[in-house]
Amino acid sequence: MSDYGPVQVRCPVLNVRRVDAYYAITVVAPGIAERFRSGQFVSVAVGGDHSSTLLRRPFAVHDVKPDYGGTIEFLFSVRGTGTAWLAERRSRDLLDVVGPLGRPFPLPRDPVNCVLVGGGSGSAPLFPLAQSLRRRGCRVDFVLGGASADRVFSAITARRIAETAVFTTDDGSFGTRGRVTDVLGRVVEECRSDVAYACGPMPMLRAVTAVADTHGIPVQVSVEETMACGIGICMTCVIPVVGEDGITRMARSCVDGPVFRGEQVRFDDVGTIPFDALGAPGWKGAGASRSTESARDIA
Amino acid sequence: MNTDLRVRLGGLELPNPVVTAAGCAGSGRELAQFFDIAEIGAVTTKSVMLEPHAGRPAPRMAETPSGMLSTTGMQGPGVDVFLQRDLPWLLSRGGRAIVSVAGSGTAEFGELARRISAEPGVDAIEVNLSCPDPADPAGRRFADDVSRAAAVVSTVRSHARSDLSVLAKLAADVPDVVALATACAEARADGLSMINAVRGMAVDPRTLRPAVAGGMGGLSGPAIRPLAVGCVFRVHEALPEVPIIGMGGVRTGADVVEFMAAGASAVAVGTINFSDPSACVRVLREFTEALEARGVSRARDLVGAAHRPGVGV
Repeated sequence: MSDYGPVQVRCPVLNVRRVDAYYAITVVAPGIAERFRSGQFVSVAVGGDHSSTLLRRPFAVHDVKPDYGGTIEFLFSVRGTGTAWLAERRSRDLLDVVGPLGRPFPLPRDPVNCVLVGGGSGSAPLFPLAQSLRRRGCRVDFVLGGASADRVFSAITARRIAETAVFTTDDGSFGTRGRVTDVLGRVVEECRSDVAYACGPMPMLRAVTAVADTHGIPVQVSVEETMACGIGICMTCVIPVVGEDGITRMARSCVDGPVFRGEQVRFDDVGTIPFDALGAPGWKGAGASRSTESARDIA
Repeated sequence: MNTDLRVRLGGLELPNPVVTAAGCAGSGRELAQFFDIAEIGAVTTKSVMLEPHAGRPAPRMAETPSGMLSTTGMQGPGVDVFLQRDLPWLLSRGGRAIVSVAGSGTAEFGELARRISAEPGVDAIEVNLSCPDPADPAGRRFADDVSRAAAVVSTVRSHARSDLSVLAKLAADVPDVVALATACAEARADGLSMINAVRGMAVDPRTLRPAVAGGMGGLSGPAIRPLAVGCVFRVHEALPEVPIIGMGGVRTGADVVEFMAAGASAVAVGTINFSDPSACVRVLREFTEALEARGVSRARDLVGAAHRPGVGV
């Protein structure tokens, strides 16, 4: 319906490949490829048209190529029946894909030094970001981590496109034993990073935001929340985010995110409705009579 | 063949029977990225409350077989923002608006009806009776007490502009849905929307705790369709003059035919909007094709067909 909004397309699968502990699927999707900006995601229907598995699966886009008019690649782990079905796709199968979705990573105007921090499959969206940053003349350094060597994604590519790449694993099977945040401070100092970008599980994003704050650099985080629709109508993927006006709102990860400024996310309150959030029970704007009536039991 | 898709719900005429279900389409803006919102019968908005509501904590959603369990807790910006931002946008795109209202008290429902009625361009008000009734000591929903539900409908009717249709949105998980429907009709509801999500629970297999915060959620999607069709059938049988918007798990044009045959004059697409953002126009296309295939020239002739022997093929 518009030149920049998401489209829903039936895309032929180009290939499905194993990448360490993950699967990567490339689909031919010119409409999505041409609209895509790094940090955006796609949502994919699973199980076929009459599937009892209704909900789309959201995936960060890992690679966009001009081949065949435009292809996109996304990465996933097999976690349930939906992703198991996806892993069984073969080339020329059709996938129902909606995208690109969500707010992209904001890019710096000037050629600054950027450190990109990824955990597990959360590393995926950092690769197109690295390309965009490089095109703008930015220095790119990677810090990638995972539970084990096979969960540190695309280490070779990271080494190739970045100035430096540091790896961590929980079990020490690759790189430094520990978490990405154990080495991040040193990388920021050595690489003179001006800005950080991070994608991964919420505890990692919280820790990365704390390190960035210590070093006085801004950080953009991309959250990985579960969601039903991906387009902003189901209201199930909300997290508490502080707006420019200082007011906390329950922001939709899919359309208000998935990229947020780290310091705007109330990591300590994720999974709750903070008492001072707009419209929370007892919120100061609410009438006294209503403050006792929470939204309980409203389905 | 030129099929006449127009349907009538009391005083409300729609160009076709496919509308959105409340809470499954926002105010139309997001879905309008995928199709022209003016093409469908109407957009039923997410329930509007008087004040902003932050809703429930996460996790708010769990996938279940052919459905989903969700509990958003009526998150929304409140009626002021709705009237300033969301409703004008919908009307500017030529969308027909059924505004769903949710009050935390009968008086608040009246106030919402008054505020919505002051806006030109709205077609109908849908009364969400699945909100907790603050006057009920057990915290039950308005829909759980037939007389309280009727009082809310009556209050909305008396505060709403006379040319606006008032639709009562019924819960199905009540002791007697026909009694609830009858009470709402007697309270001068112009029509009935049915059914809302049904309360249920899923337990997370890993943590062995309820999968959505607060325990209970609303089950929606094709899993509840036979339950919804059954409610529509029984209520249409008891109250054949009262128009019904049928909903619950609609996924295809054939489902629209089914609901209309059971007695619905219009049919809402709900949860499937989440998985297929083009669903409304696809369902409408499939429905039109189904009518042509059956040689039905007027959509409204389908209404109640399941009650009349010898109508089907």
